[in-house]
Amino acid sequence: MSVVVFADTRGTKVPKNSLEALTYGRKIAAKEGSTVTLVTFGDAPQDRLAALDADKVVVARAASDADSQQLTRVVADVATKEQAKWIIFSHDDTGKAVAPRVGARLKAGEVAGATTLPNEQGLIKRNVFSGKAQAWVELKTPVKVVSLLPNSMSVEAAQGTATVEEYAGDAGAAKVIVKEVRKAGEGVPLPEAEVVVSAGRGMKGPENWGLVEELAKELHAATACSRPVADMHWRPHHEHVGQTGLAIRPNLYIAIGISGAIQHLAGVNGSKVIVVINNDPEAPFFKAADYGIVGDAFQVLPQLIEAAKKLNAER
Amino acid sequence: MKILVLIAHVPDTTARIAFTNDSTAYDTNGVQFIVNPYDEWYALVRALELKEAQGGTVTTITVGGAATEPTIRKALAIGADDAVRVDIDPKDGHDVAVQVATFAKDKGYDLVLAGKETIDHNGSQVGPMVAELLDLPFISLATKLDVAGGKATAEREVRGDVEVVECPLPLVVSCAKGMAEQRIPNMRGIMAARTKPLQVVPAVQAETLSTSVRFELPPPKQAVKMIPADEAGKLIELLHTEAKVI
Ligand SMILES: Cc1cc2nc3c(=O)[nH]c(=O)nc-3n(C[C@H](O)[C@H](O)[C@H](O)COP(=O)(O)OP(=O)(O)OC[C@H]3O[C@@H](n4cnc5c(N)ncnc54)[C@H](O)[C@@H]3O)c2cc1C
Ligand SMILES: Nc1ncnc2c1ncn2[C@@H]1O[C@H](COP(=O)(O)O)[C@@H](O)[C@H]1O
Repeated sequence: MSVVVFADTRGTKVPKNSLEALTYGRKIAAKEGSTVTLVTFGDAPQDRLAALDADKVVVARAASDADSQQLTRVVADVATKEQAKWIIFSHDDTGKAVAPRVGARLKAGEVAGATTLPNEQGLIKRNVFSGKAQAWVELKTPVKVVSLLPNSMSVEAAQGTATVEEYAGDAGAAKVIVKEVRKAGEGVPLPEAEVVVSAGRGMKGPENWGLVEELAKELHAATACSRPVADMHWRPHHEHVGQTGLAIRPNLYIAIGISGAIQHLAGVNGSKVIVVINNDPEAPFFKAADYGIVGDAFQVLPQLIEAAKKLNAER
Repeated sequence: MKILVLIAHVPDTTARIAFTNDSTAYDTNGVQFIVNPYDEWYALVRALELKEAQGGTVTTITVGGAATEPTIRKALAIGADDAVRVDIDPKDGHDVAVQVATFAKDKGYDLVLAGKETIDHNGSQVGPMVAELLDLPFISLATKLDVAGGKATAEREVRGDVEVVECPLPLVVSCAKGMAEQRIPNMRGIMAARTKPLQVVPAVQAETLSTSVRFELPPPKQAVKMIPADEAGKLIELLHTEAKVI
């Protein structure tokens, strides 16, 4: 018996959210007295896979990251062979597509976007109503699927000595084919960023974003924006956070000239620390903030940039 | 082209979040319900654009009781041709997916479009589950969608990069921001929606795989710490030494 963890290991390093899922799987395995089998895909070098904190790594090198049907066959097949009772994913772009399919295929209940390990009653917590409430979920099936919300678990990476094997089953042909990948720019990708500097209509126009970008650069942060800013094409759509954009939960979210409408908060209220900079002391965002500055962004931002530069120089 | 669009009925984005019955159920008292924004703005509008350009039909499907009908009429007012309601209050995402897949099976839909997620349940589960139950390919979280020559082309964001993917029809797609712009229904649409067909079909028996047994509200936030604007630089120091996030 084994706990199966599905992880994305592509690129030059294993993403943090995959390692979080692995830690989650390790903790469940410790409780159940079972081993951990990691299922992955792509071209990560053998030694990197072997160093992961798993007992066994099964890699389906030929499977396409975009074809959830193929990946589902692989995960379900390995889970069945390993007689897995638990199948753990990260609730990331790939996990969101594969975990529910695996659940439907194996008739296994799924907790989508779990934020905790099971409690004594076996209940697992997840966010609902866009983070405005939480639900405790009971899985009623013998096989259980969990997709872990990124940034919900700290990574406890032990040095692994996993055996690595190629997936030998039949994953079928890929139907969803990747034609092209447009690499994100230089900066930190927003969904993975630990610090996010975000700005709204208070910045007045796209020509003023230099200040936002400079602060982001100094803080090694990704940039984000409110919906009207993306709708007016001041900033690209993929920066739009909130109820109808991206939901993020960085360690630090700095909101500049954003009023804090409920639909905006819905996408950022999971952030650990929220800073609000707004010239209106009545801006609703201050109610959700940990730190606040009432002031003109055009006067406050240069001071922050200067202080961040100073901090970087001292480190 | 035959398109099926999944439409969920959800509390308005500004609705009060409260629970009843010992925190086991959402309190719908006085709550206004709307079409789930992802389903409306992105999936439905893109389906209509594809139909307008290439011909075909757009049918919506909603799994829910009679209370969802005003929401369904709104989708018809925006421009869907007809609607289906599967008559059951679904118990979990799997229940919804089983109902949709049972209806859609063997009906020859070229495209099945779902939203990225519901704004109440936030599962992102139903789309991929429908795909699995229908044994179809699935493109998740698409921000662009085109169809030509029996193939769908879509863009999706993965780990910050944009992937352009291609897949033969039929398939299931979940739709996210970028795919289309919101359409406000006009008077003619609203009038026409009243007489458009809304078929009610009975539900099939589906196993409940999961239940939300209890809800809770997040603890109230600590009071905000204010920093004077002319000492803004102090913020960076506090974030470094006190909050320890930079
Ligand atoms: C169904 C639905 C879904 C939505 N989804 C989203 C979503 O996903 N994300 C989202 O962001 N919005 C969303 N919205 C829109 C949301 O309701 C707000 O309209 C939007 O968030 C406001 O953006 P903003 O704060 O940038 O602009 P505004 O509300 O115009 O606020 C600008 C702020 O900047 C401040 N300001 C002005 N000048 C300065 C200055 N010089 N220095 C400092 N501060 C200054 C002002 O005091 C004000 O608080 C949605 C709305 C609906 C109805
Ligand atoms: N009760 C429902 N009826 C019809 N479609 C639904 C229903 N619930 C969810 N969906 C669709 O599935 C998508 C994902 O929902 P969820 O898995 O709840 O996040 C939604 O955006 C809808 O398109």
